[in-house]
Amino acid sequence: MALRSAQVTVAAQDGQALRAPDPVASAPLAVRGVTVSYGEKPAVFSVDATFPAGAMTAIIGPNGAGKSTLLKAALGVIPRLSGEVSVFGQPIETARARIAYVPQRASVDWDFPASVIDVVLMGLYRRIGLLGRLTGAQRAKANACLARVGMSDFADRQIGQLSGGQQQRVFLARALAQDADLYLLDEPFAGVDAATERAIIDVLKSLKADGKAVVCVHHDLATVATYFDHVFLINVRKIAEGPVATTFTGANLNATYGGRLAATHIDQLALADPA
Amino acid sequence: MGSEFVQFSLTPMLIGILASIACALPGNFLILRKQALIGDAISHVVLPGIVVAFLLTGVVSALPMLLGAAGAAVVAVILIEAIKRLGKIEPGAAMGVTFTTLFAAGVLLLEQTDTSSVHLDVEHALMGNLESLIWFQARDGWASLIDPVALAALPPELGRIALVCALVVALTLVFWRWLKISTFDEGFADALGLPTGAIGFGLVITAAIAAVAAFDAVGSIIVIAMFICPPAAARLMTNSLERQIWWSVAFAVLSAVLGYVFAGYGPLWIGAQHAVSAAGMIATVSGLILGLTCLFGPHRSRIGVGKETAT
Amino acid sequence: MNPFLDALALNAGYNAALVGIGAAMLGFAAGAAGTFLFLRKRALVSDAVAHATLPGVGLAFILMVALGGDGRNLIGLLLGSAATAGIGLLLVEWIARRTRLSEDAAIGAVLSVFFGFGIVLLTVVQTMSAGRQAGLEGFLLGSTAGMLFQDAVVIAVGGALAVFATWLLRRPMTLVAFDPDYAAALGYNVRRIDLAMMGLVMAVTVIGLKLVGLILIVAMLIIPPVTARFWTESSAYVIWYAGLIGGVSGYVGAALSTTAPAMPTGPIIVLVAASLFLMSLFVAPARGVAAAVIRHRRFQRRVHRRQGLLALSRAEPIHDDFTLRVLRGEGLIRPDGVATANGRALAAKTARDEHRWDIAREIHQDAGLTGRYDGLTPIEQVFTPDEIAEFDRRIGGPRALGSSLGGTA
Repeated sequence: MALRSAQVTVAAQDGQALRAPDPVASAPLAVRGVTVSYGEKPAVFSVDATFPAGAMTAIIGPNGAGKSTLLKAALGVIPRLSGEVSVFGQPIETARARIAYVPQRASVDWDFPASVIDVVLMGLYRRIGLLGRLTGAQRAKANACLARVGMSDFADRQIGQLSGGQQQRVFLARALAQDADLYLLDEPFAGVDAATERAIIDVLKSLKADGKAVVCVHHDLATVATYFDHVFLINVRKIAEGPVATTFTGANLNATYGGRLAATHIDQLALADPA
Repeated sequence: MGSEFVQFSLTPMLIGILASIACALPGNFLILRKQALIGDAISHVVLPGIVVAFLLTGVVSALPMLLGAAGAAVVAVILIEAIKRLGKIEPGAAMGVTFTTLFAAGVLLLEQTDTSSVHLDVEHALMGNLESLIWFQARDGWASLIDPVALAALPPELGRIALVCALVVALTLVFWRWLKISTFDEGFADALGLPTGAIGFGLVITAAIAAVAAFDAVGSIIVIAMFICPPAAARLMTNSLERQIWWSVAFAVLSAVLGYVFAGYGPLWIGAQHAVSAAGMIATVSGLILGLTCLFGPHRSRIGVGKETAT
Repeated sequence: MNPFLDALALNAGYNAALVGIGAAMLGFAAGAAGTFLFLRKRALVSDAVAHATLPGVGLAFILMVALGGDGRNLIGLLLGSAATAGIGLLLVEWIARRTRLSEDAAIGAVLSVFFGFGIVLLTVVQTMSAGRQAGLEGFLLGSTAGMLFQDAVVIAVGGALAVFATWLLRRPMTLVAFDPDYAAALGYNVRRIDLAMMGLVMAVTVIGLKLVGLILIVAMLIIPPVTARFWTESSAYVIWYAGLIGGVSGYVGAALSTTAPAMPTGPIIVLVAASLFLMSLFVAPARGVAAAVIRHRRFQRRVHRRQGLLALSRAEPIHDDFTLRVLRGEGLIRPDGVATANGRALAAKTARDEHRWDIAREIHQDAGLTGRYDGLTPIEQVFTPDEIAEFDRRIGGPRALGSSLGGTA
């Protein structure tokens, strides 16, 4: 086990995906037959999914369709009723160092006594360990991550004093500090201002350009076609997955949202043309 | 302030200070995790713990009682968690059910047992006996501090609470990063692969150890007050967790010193003849400090910008 | 006759009978009043209220002695305890509202500080010449030993009044406990009703001080509602169930405590209530642990069985151990993982179900339907036989195993 995780760390530092013959088996994130239930009702039922490297994938579906649940179950943050998860072909426990996670902004208490830079440094905790000393280089790295999201001026601000968009950027900076190969973001664009949305998408696109896998739970159908390469449509069960060009179609959206999307609304979206 | 102080006030004051610090440190995290009342629950179940220990061993001695109390605290924590999950009951009610039941069982056991020959009663459990923890051998004043004979006669409570206080400080330092991150953002800590369940349980167990050791010396009132008041007051003084910890330690020490002095000398100042309960007075002072920070603390109110947009 | 049965039949003396009736009424009032707090998720506010009575007891004693009266007058002591409990209550509210501290921290701070100050006052009382036999420690754990006839009357009358007040205020308090926003929209003053709720809890606490003591009265306010919640989902019933459980605990507990000298009333009442709670936790029909465990295991089997059949119908390999065990256990696959005839038949039926759902979702693209497509809801629950027949007509009968059944993509 120790040997394996050592290899993973090396691969993570090189920024390369491990090569394996089976594309699904070595995908940045693959889930198979995942079911999660709250009480007696499945929130996610028997979902198979593969999220590719060097691409941005949107997980799309109506409220309560299990988007965030799927993400959390894949991370092991909430228990699964059944199913398996692999990260770069490894069980998740050995591949944690290659994953960065951005939880929903509303999931934490922003009244917590911490400054912006404190939060970004949390992204390095795994690497520093419990007692390791924080080096100047690590501090500089945290500052660089903060600069990347345009928040350098706020490093010493208490997190409760930030706007919603600024908080979201701090969370993204923390994920950047993790130096991962797979980025999982839960509703990163929810309730943020336009400037923040642009800043976040720029960062995510540069991650993609570096060959990383980016997976976002996403709400805004209007921006799917411009931001993302792949979509994963879910409503408790998987409805469809694939490149935006072939999968983000009116028929699939109807199957996902039922009658909740008016036909006119669907027409306005920059939908793929079902060839 | 010579030999009399060393003989009668130095050790109780030191014990009060160490007990206050040992409780205030984990209290910081309990408050931030909205588990402040776990301290309340733990301090109530200490009673059944020591009664059971007494029934099993038949003697009133420190070690079995400490173990019994610690065991009861662990049982209570597990019961609370079980009732919460199994019965789908909100944490406050689960705590209320657990600690009142165990406390009632403790009182009943105590009444059913013949403890007339030994010093074991509910009042002692609640109020402690800080005033009696004197250093009688210290007849030479401050010079006793280097007199091995006198040192050997230090009240054993002092050694125990010093040890536990050191342990709590060490645990806080070692697990600082884990505690901080899992308290702020448990989902992220989970995703990092940290054992968040074990961290939470470890925190509560540490609090229980502090409570039991402090209880041994000063009774359960101080324990609950010190879990909550100094950290709560500290939270209103700063927006940095590191500084909050220092403030809480400072407030804990201040409460212990002022409380002890007021209890011992306060009544004399106003013409009364008898001292009042030191444990009660320490709790009262910590409450006054909290009251002052609620009124004047620089960071007393919520800022709320992020909070509103986040909901 | 058996002393316990004597006490139950109110034949164990006048005082014992009064204590029994008083305890039953107190238990009923505490259970009912505590329900509102519990439903409002503020059960432990009662803990702060109870501990905050102690300084009032001490102050009232000191004041009454200073005025030349008998410090032990129960009504005077109870009035004093109500005064400081009220102050404590207001402080909890004030801290939680005006500072960044959360309510649990406010509760803990108030209860420990007031209690600590109360202990200080008790030590003052002990040094007063009139205070040596004050017996104020009895308020910590309750005592019926030195109870006077008039004390028992105070408890019985107070308990009856509290029950009456609970009955009077039950509708607005239920409303506020369940949905404060809705109550506000209806024009109720939520803050005032909240205060009334707390006031009632305070009254019950004060009445119960002498009988069960300030630490265990908390149990009387919390345990019966929590227990009652296991037996009913209805807001109206949970109050009366809680009252009933509290009343029975009080009555039986008081009777039990008369049977032996070393049986303190307060703890016995609490332990009776706690045993009712434990029993409910395990055996209650819908919310009990036993029922929940059975349901969860059944649900988990259902999920795995369904997922296994889906995999069989698509001729996909099954990896999950539990799925394999479930299928093997039902004889749907052979030990080597190949489907049996029975398994193939059920897989075909599953495939047909999926097909029907696909068609159904194409035809009925409405919001109500999409939520039901969760993999487990049988299609027969959602559509009429006629509609299903229509789906089948479009499918053209069950298909052979292994035919492609991918999503609509």
